[in-house]
Amino acid sequence: MTNKTGAEILIASLEREGVTTVFGVPGGAILAAYDPLYDSPIRHILARHEQGAGHMAEGYAWATGEVGVCIVTSGPGATNLITPLTNALTDSVPLVAITGQVSTQSVGNDAFQEAYTVGVTMSATKHNYFVTDPDDIADVIHEAFHIASTGRPGPVLIDLPKDILAATSNTHEPREIVLPGYKPSTEGHPLKINQAIAMIDSSIRPVLYIGGGIIKANAHDEVRKLAEAANLPVVTTLMGRGAFPDNHRLALGMPGMHGNYTAITAMQESDLLIGIGVRFDDRVTGDLDSFAPDAKVIHADVDPAEIGKNRAVDVPIVGDARRVTEQLLEAWGDRQTPDRAGWLARLHEWQQTYPLAYEQQPDGPIKPQYVIEEIYRLTEGDATIVAGVGQHQMWVAQFWKFDEPRRWINSGGLGTMGYAIPAAVGAKTGRPDDLVWAIDGDGCFQMTLQELITASTEGIPVKIAVLNNGSLGLVKQWQKLFYNGRLSATMLGDHPDYVQLAEGMGCVGLRAQTPAEVAPVIEKALSISDRPVVVEFVVDPEEMVFPMVPAGRTNDEVVVRPGEVVKRKNVSRLDTTA
Amino acid sequence: MSSLPQAQHTLSVLVEDKPGVLARVSLLLARRGFNIHSLAVGPAREEGTALMTIVVEAPELEQVKKQLHKLINVVKITELDPAHSFEREIMMVRVSAPPSRRSEVIEVASLFKAVPVDAAPTTIAFVVTGDPMKLRNFLNLVRPFGITDLVKSGRIAMARDMKTQSETLRAIG
Repeated sequence: MTNKTGAEILIASLEREGVTTVFGVPGGAILAAYDPLYDSPIRHILARHEQGAGHMAEGYAWATGEVGVCIVTSGPGATNLITPLTNALTDSVPLVAITGQVSTQSVGNDAFQEAYTVGVTMSATKHNYFVTDPDDIADVIHEAFHIASTGRPGPVLIDLPKDILAATSNTHEPREIVLPGYKPSTEGHPLKINQAIAMIDSSIRPVLYIGGGIIKANAHDEVRKLAEAANLPVVTTLMGRGAFPDNHRLALGMPGMHGNYTAITAMQESDLLIGIGVRFDDRVTGDLDSFAPDAKVIHADVDPAEIGKNRAVDVPIVGDARRVTEQLLEAWGDRQTPDRAGWLARLHEWQQTYPLAYEQQPDGPIKPQYVIEEIYRLTEGDATIVAGVGQHQMWVAQFWKFDEPRRWINSGGLGTMGYAIPAAVGAKTGRPDDLVWAIDGDGCFQMTLQELITASTEGIPVKIAVLNNGSLGLVKQWQKLFYNGRLSATMLGDHPDYVQLAEGMGCVGLRAQTPAEVAPVIEKALSISDRPVVVEFVVDPEEMVFPMVPAGRTNDEVVVRPGEVVKRKNVSRLDTTA
Repeated sequence: MSSLPQAQHTLSVLVEDKPGVLARVSLLLARRGFNIHSLAVGPAREEGTALMTIVVEAPELEQVKKQLHKLINVVKITELDPAHSFEREIMMVRVSAPPSRRSEVIEVASLFKAVPVDAAPTTIAFVVTGDPMKLRNFLNLVRPFGITDLVKSGRIAMARDMKTQSETLRAIG
């Protein structure tokens, strides 16, 4: 076999893994890899910042279900990737990051553009590699894709020194993967499955609590079947929005800090929580001691470290969410569907009494929720929605009706502001026929806006709605609620001019300042398909996100709107009626 | 100054023998702020693997053990129960032993089967092997003479073979 350079083996290995698109920024140490990439069918999207490349790869992975790939150089290229890597680790996004490194003889000498990438990213990745032999490249790439995409998905980084990329090897094909310490469980234990089914069958007030794990495992169909078979009301976490259709009669929407009253209170009053692909995150549970006090807990997750971490579990099930849900369905068999009429009626009553609400006055300022509902109406909900982090993200999670998975992309666990624009570019690259809207805040927009130049240059026509309230809105909200309204460093001021800025970056810039302008400007944006469009909506700066359970407080007290706290009436543990 | 000593846990961690594995393991313990009391690593029975014996000071280790399991290069983790395992450590200690007190020092050392390995006009260095209690007791007894150098290997530990032991006991009984 003829010798190939490490760089050639790298690119051929990516092709072998089925990679069609990579996001990156070249530089000195990784240059060798960019040379064979020039001849490869793999599309390279040139990001304007390595953080952008990383989030693009994440958006791509969410939208397509494939592993996202990014390539950057050594030193600052690699350190700029740390936020996307950590984000992908927290939100379990399958990612492979290739970083250049200085030559092996310079490693450890503080050489130009040297950072100890493997050391620095050890806690930001599921696994990482420092390659010191070109013979290892084919193996390492193959292993990296395997690790990134199996078990609990996550980011894997491969650090490749410049001389290793240039050196030759005749090992071009990967060997069989041998990982004695990595054997993710897929199949749930049959005994636990049967215990779970018995509990589900006898439960009076069950809640099926599902999250991002359902989407990663493509378990949404099985989950819907299970919910219908056992008549289980369903809450979907922030990461799980779209895992169960919001228009379904059993859908309760999002629980947690900014969840709706019914989803929060259903969990509080539940006698059985069936958690699948969730992690009992603090944003969902609030104060743990008073979280779902009467509930037995079934917890299924592919990551055993999540089970029992925050909440004691009665039936632990380690396994792949899809496989476990299939097993539950099989074990349910042809049991009669419980009618749970009383419980479902109570939930329905709460939904009527405590709906998500806002008021749009025709001559008042634009309400951000109104913008979201208008985009939903005018797109008929047929769009992939990407958000940054903050108020706008919560409003989208509350008001958009998601009816299928992989059409809601956001930074949940890490809460990375600036995520929306690059993630939207990645999502649109992966699903070019989809309408992709980033719904962003002005604070987030200003963190990664340069990636709109990537979008216009590369011909990726995303749409960006900027809900401009002139501030870091969610932080400001906390200052108003918990710091006596002292707005320390949260006002962003009057600049920039988003229309001019958008035009300057090769996008179309549009603006709406009154409620009457909202629908026409969205329609205008929808009529443009050859360029990215930025639509600035000047929204009410005083609008706050409600409902709200303040951090660390009990989910028994939901602030449904400013000044109105609804306290849950205690349910006796002995109450066996719904 | 120092807070109350925390419970010690002994972990036996079988890992792939690759560069950086020790860093990954210690990073996870450091993230939680847990102090590593001692750590000993060496090649394990199977080629390509190494065994770490880690003594950690921590209130509880359940979550850390699960996190350690998630490391790709970690093959197996066992928390050793002191009642069902045995531990050893090697210690080298140099004790001040001027001619006037030399015989006293040697007498104490012989009680502990401490082996003299280096002697100078005013000091003697010993190697002592034993469980943590034995080493602590030896140190307490030689401390009044003056300790000038001290190095410990870190503990190694192994679970008892409970099956064999009960058979042995039955045979003896």
